[in-house]
Amino acid sequence: MIKLLENLDRRWIFLAMALCVSVPILVIGLTGVTFPETPTPLAEAFFAEVDRAGEAKGRRANVLIALDYDPASAGELSPMSASLVNQCSQRGHRMYFISLWPVGPQMIDDSIEKVIKRYYPHLVYGEDYVNLGFKAGNEQVIKVMGIDLTTEFRTDVEGTTLSKIPMMEGITSLEDFDLIAEISAGYPGSKEWVLYAATQYDIPLVSGMTGVQAPQNYPYYPTQLKGLLGAIKGAAEYEFIVNEYIRRSRLEELLVASGLDPAVAGPLADEPAQIPAWTTSAAAASMTPEAKADLIDAATGATPGEFLEGQRRMGPQLFAHLLMVLLIILGNVIFFAQRRRGGSA
Amino acid sequence: MRTSTIQTTLLATALCASAGVQVVLGSSTTSWLAPPESPTNLVANDLPWDGGGTVQIDWTASATPEDQLKGYEILAHELSVTPREETIETDEQADQAAAEQTESVLEGEGIAPEDARRQAELSTGSFAPAPADPSEWTSLGIVPATQTDYQATGLDKAGVYVFKIRAIGLEGEFSAPTAASGEIRPVAAFFNGRKLPLLVTLMLIASAVFAFIVLARRGMPMRIRKIAGLAAVDEAVGRATEMGRSILYINGIQDMDDLQTVAGVTVLGHVAKTAAEYDAKIEVPTARSLVMTAARESVQSSYFSAGRPDAYNPDLIYYVTDEQFGFVAYVSGMMTREKPAACFYMGSFFAESLILAETGNSVGAIQIAGTANPSQLPFFVAACDYTLIGEEFFAASAYLSGQPDQLGSLKGQDVGKILVGIVIIIGVTLATLQAITGSDSLEAAVNYLVNVILGS
Amino acid sequence: MQILTRSIPLFITTVAGIVMILSAFFPYTSDWGKFAGQFFNILAAFAFVLGGGNLLKLHLKKISDQRPGWAYSGVVLVCFIVTLFVGLMKIGAYPNPTYPSVHFGGETQGSGSMFWWFYEYAFKPLTSTMFAMLAFYVASAAFRAFRAKNFEAILLLGTAFIVLLGRTFAGVLATGWIPPDSAFSGLRLENLSVYVMQVFNTAGTRAIMIGIALGIASTSMKILLGIDRSFLGSGD
Repeated sequence: MIKLLENLDRRWIFLAMALCVSVPILVIGLTGVTFPETPTPLAEAFFAEVDRAGEAKGRRANVLIALDYDPASAGELSPMSASLVNQCSQRGHRMYFISLWPVGPQMIDDSIEKVIKRYYPHLVYGEDYVNLGFKAGNEQVIKVMGIDLTTEFRTDVEGTTLSKIPMMEGITSLEDFDLIAEISAGYPGSKEWVLYAATQYDIPLVSGMTGVQAPQNYPYYPTQLKGLLGAIKGAAEYEFIVNEYIRRSRLEELLVASGLDPAVAGPLADEPAQIPAWTTSAAAASMTPEAKADLIDAATGATPGEFLEGQRRMGPQLFAHLLMVLLIILGNVIFFAQRRRGGSA
Repeated sequence: MRTSTIQTTLLATALCASAGVQVVLGSSTTSWLAPPESPTNLVANDLPWDGGGTVQIDWTASATPEDQLKGYEILAHELSVTPREETIETDEQADQAAAEQTESVLEGEGIAPEDARRQAELSTGSFAPAPADPSEWTSLGIVPATQTDYQATGLDKAGVYVFKIRAIGLEGEFSAPTAASGEIRPVAAFFNGRKLPLLVTLMLIASAVFAFIVLARRGMPMRIRKIAGLAAVDEAVGRATEMGRSILYINGIQDMDDLQTVAGVTVLGHVAKTAAEYDAKIEVPTARSLVMTAARESVQSSYFSAGRPDAYNPDLIYYVTDEQFGFVAYVSGMMTREKPAACFYMGSFFAESLILAETGNSVGAIQIAGTANPSQLPFFVAACDYTLIGEEFFAASAYLSGQPDQLGSLKGQDVGKILVGIVIIIGVTLATLQAITGSDSLEAAVNYLVNVILGS
Repeated sequence: MQILTRSIPLFITTVAGIVMILSAFFPYTSDWGKFAGQFFNILAAFAFVLGGGNLLKLHLKKISDQRPGWAYSGVVLVCFIVTLFVGLMKIGAYPNPTYPSVHFGGETQGSGSMFWWFYEYAFKPLTSTMFAMLAFYVASAAFRAFRAKNFEAILLLGTAFIVLLGRTFAGVLATGWIPPDSAFSGLRLENLSVYVMQVFNTAGTRAIMIGIALGIASTSMKILLGIDRSFLGSGD
């Protein structure tokens, strides 16, 4: 065995790595099944803060969504913004999109096209979401928005003056938002929002960022930053939580729409795996076959690929890292065996 | 008469009622509609001892109480450009900013700077630039009501500006602006005073280097520790000669404007001289044409000084491609086919470093690497036999030549390190004490160290 | 001859270097620094011709000598000439929107042009492929080189395991039993990997960067003063 490992052609290692990366991608792509993510408290806090935005005021929350990244970081950060917009749309929050990066507007357009227009076509521009576009000035923009937002953003990205946009009524500064949700790749980014918005005006702030930035922002959690997503791992954890929440919410909506008592629908929606069996029970007798099919689809159907990007990437990452650990261990087994034999490494 | 009395009474009642309503409305009407008082005594001056583009603006607070104000807005008008020119400038600045941001993100991932710049330009060129507001007065920003000064930065050094300030009430109503300030040119001073700490530091380090060079010339012995990678050059070249195979020398993938490439060409001269003496073939594919020219000069001189001018073959030093991964694809293929016995990687490398080192290892070559890119050092350390880490690479020229002048400069560098060590200890001590005690004076000292001394 | 190969280059190096240093401190001279820097760009542009000519010569010679692998040289030459032609002639470039009737007014790299097509569909996939090969090479390097030869190597391997596992589901699984809000939560692999990167890795990188900065300062000074002339040829 040791001899075999000593003389191992490195092409076997290359093959092993190729399989570790390609097989999970193919399996996940075909089945839609990803590894269960155990969300960390940071991701759970991010989700919880977005979920409870606006509750204290008993109305729809006004959420400022700042997408401060560019195509180079989109691989790591797009899954976060897709899930954020997904959660806000499902929850019924009003979304105000801005960006402090010049190429950020493309990220905003992507999120609106891929999430809102595709899965929430009933949401109306100007009433449920608005795109205010990019403003130059980095942290100066945040400082000015803290006092008077309309000085910075006089129109939306289409050129419509803010006074003609229904959801801009009553929004004059950062303090009129219930939550700031920010996804960033560098400067200006999380740190600037923490310093000039969250700290100054005590507005709840949650932030998703690249892996490189995350260590610098951990000290701000949980006082100034209420939730933090770091790198693709954070994106995968948040995606997992949001997908579970969306599935549960949709199930509950369908169950209540079919006439079920909300007190019963809630706990049933928490167990999607039970739904197919439940549809054959007496309790579901009054449902039409189409309604039952919709319910089963909502409970067990595949999650759309747009909301699995982060989790998809964790599969290859897990196996590739495990392979690396195994290779290091095997390499050292050979080394110590050779040493014992008196050979050179 | 009775009727007129009733009418008078009704009229009086109506008047009183409306007066009462007016009184009731009056105070809130005043706060809703009446704008705040304007600030006064606006003074704008060019900031002295700077690099230009900064104006210091001061004013006296508005008579309206602070708690009834949201803040002050600073307005500027550049007298020397038209609104159209301003729009073009803003668009260009936005494009430039977008490209710089994308470029820095790509470089962080290991893409070579040239490619990062090209990719950034291509990706940002397709986006519509930020719409500029071509109004005559531009808002520079809003400051809280407690502030009565502002430093306007990023102005055009050749421009002429006037400024105005206006107060903003709680409901967003603006006061009348102050009268415009006088015309200000935010010119640069003769000397940029903010860089004084940097100049002082540079002088200290330069003086140390000079001093040790002088001492070395006077005969003071300079002991330099052994650098294993450089001591192994002879071993590597000898091995190539014995095996009858070539030496491969890669001078990094950057151009001659990168100091690492210059250091690489320096080491190439020494390696080429040793190769000439051992009669080994040295091949130098380059990623830049200028590097090819400089490398040819260096190798030719080395062969001449080794007494082997006939053995010099300029075709062994050739240009491949500027493109990072195209270059490494060529070199990997060449290494696999020709199986050099010794590989030297001396210069600036990015993501391709591990590909080169692993391929070299697979063909059984002895590998010596040197780079000052911290992100690539771990790959070289893991995959190569010897690695020159950072400053060891820059010391190579001095080490290999053994000249007293150059060895003296290495000693001078050590003085710089002592200086850095002292500043670190002072800074860490101050910051730790400040965090424990919460003292304001310590905080000011830390801020001075960070913003003025280290920020220069 | 020494004047041309030694004295004049040294003079140019010293003058240009001093101008660049002055331009950092004296704003009046900041344009001089930019001006000096532009000479490099001009030289590099001319050097493209030199490099391209050398490339053509080398590969043509290889083809004419029919040395092993000469067919690949043929591929290089064909790609070189085609790309050069397509770029210079702006084949497929859309007309310039401001000056539509001006010949060759379109953008070479504009979306839809043939040059852009080469970049998007040939160059970018090839570059990405080469970049992706790093994953394989990292694996083979891990197998071959990460040996616990001494104490420092053991420390290195330990941190490698922590960071590799901490960034995946395996790490969460391995230390998930440690309560997240307990005093030992820092020992959870995902938290430990963050700590390693934030503290140890950052400290080491900063130390190396300080040394590099001092090395650059010292080397630059030697070159400017002409003490180190080895980049002009062997050092005497």
